[in-house]
Amino acid sequence: MKITSHEARERISHRDTILETTVRLMIPFIQLYGLYVIVHGHYSPGGGFQGGVVLGASLIMFALAFGLTASKNYMTESLNIIIANAGALIFTGIAALCALLGGMFLDYSVLANILPIDPISWRSHGIFLVEVGVGMGVMTIMISIYWDMASAGRLDEGL
Amino acid sequence: MNVIVTIFLILALLFFAIGTIGILRLPDFYSRLHATGKCDTLAATLALAAIALYNLHDFSFGTVLVSWKVLAIFCFLFMASPAATNAITKAAVIAGVEPWYKKQEVRK
Repeated sequence: MKITSHEARERISHRDTILETTVRLMIPFIQLYGLYVIVHGHYSPGGGFQGGVVLGASLIMFALAFGLTASKNYMTESLNIIIANAGALIFTGIAALCALLGGMFLDYSVLANILPIDPISWRSHGIFLVEVGVGMGVMTIMISIYWDMASAGRLDEGL
Repeated sequence: MNVIVTIFLILALLFFAIGTIGILRLPDFYSRLHATGKCDTLAATLALAAIALYNLHDFSFGTVLVSWKVLAIFCFLFMASPAATNAITKAAVIAGVEPWYKKQEVRK
């Protein structure tokens, strides 16, 4: 009794209460954990990339449970692109700002010329600022890759 | 304390072994999922309880915090694992995977 993918798509259109309730309970904790991993990135295992992947996984879980269209209403494509580009801009912007202030590329200690803190602690906080940008970029690109792969590039209901 | 931890770990190993044997020996998709879905949840629960207890060797703020995080992982797993099993089974039903049944006539 094998069926085609088109028939499966017809049958799967109704909603699944168990799955939706579980996902609705789990997503806030997953996103909190992702933020935790990003914020603790510069002095414990983890960082911008790992936290961004966790945040992106929560969005992918939403898309799996509620459908691709619902996830695109929740996180629109234009907002997705804006956040991804803002993340890349934060990373390169801070790195280039360090170079403009007379240090090396990504040399955070020269940022003490703007905001006078100890240069040693600026190295720590600079890593944190850069990792926020990395996390934003990775999160949005994860959900974007999922949208493209799940619908074979058409960005409709897919799977 | 160490005796309880060891008992928990041995029980967890036992349930993981039952789940693995279930994957290897049971005949079709649904019964394999039945074996792993139950055994994995219980065995992971026992293993996490053993970790949380072992970590509490001295009762201070740090160890209680780590044990509390392990307990949070347990709550998460306890919700996620049965729901994932349910979702996989439902997807298999929709995709038309036939359940195994005992054949009535013996083939030659």
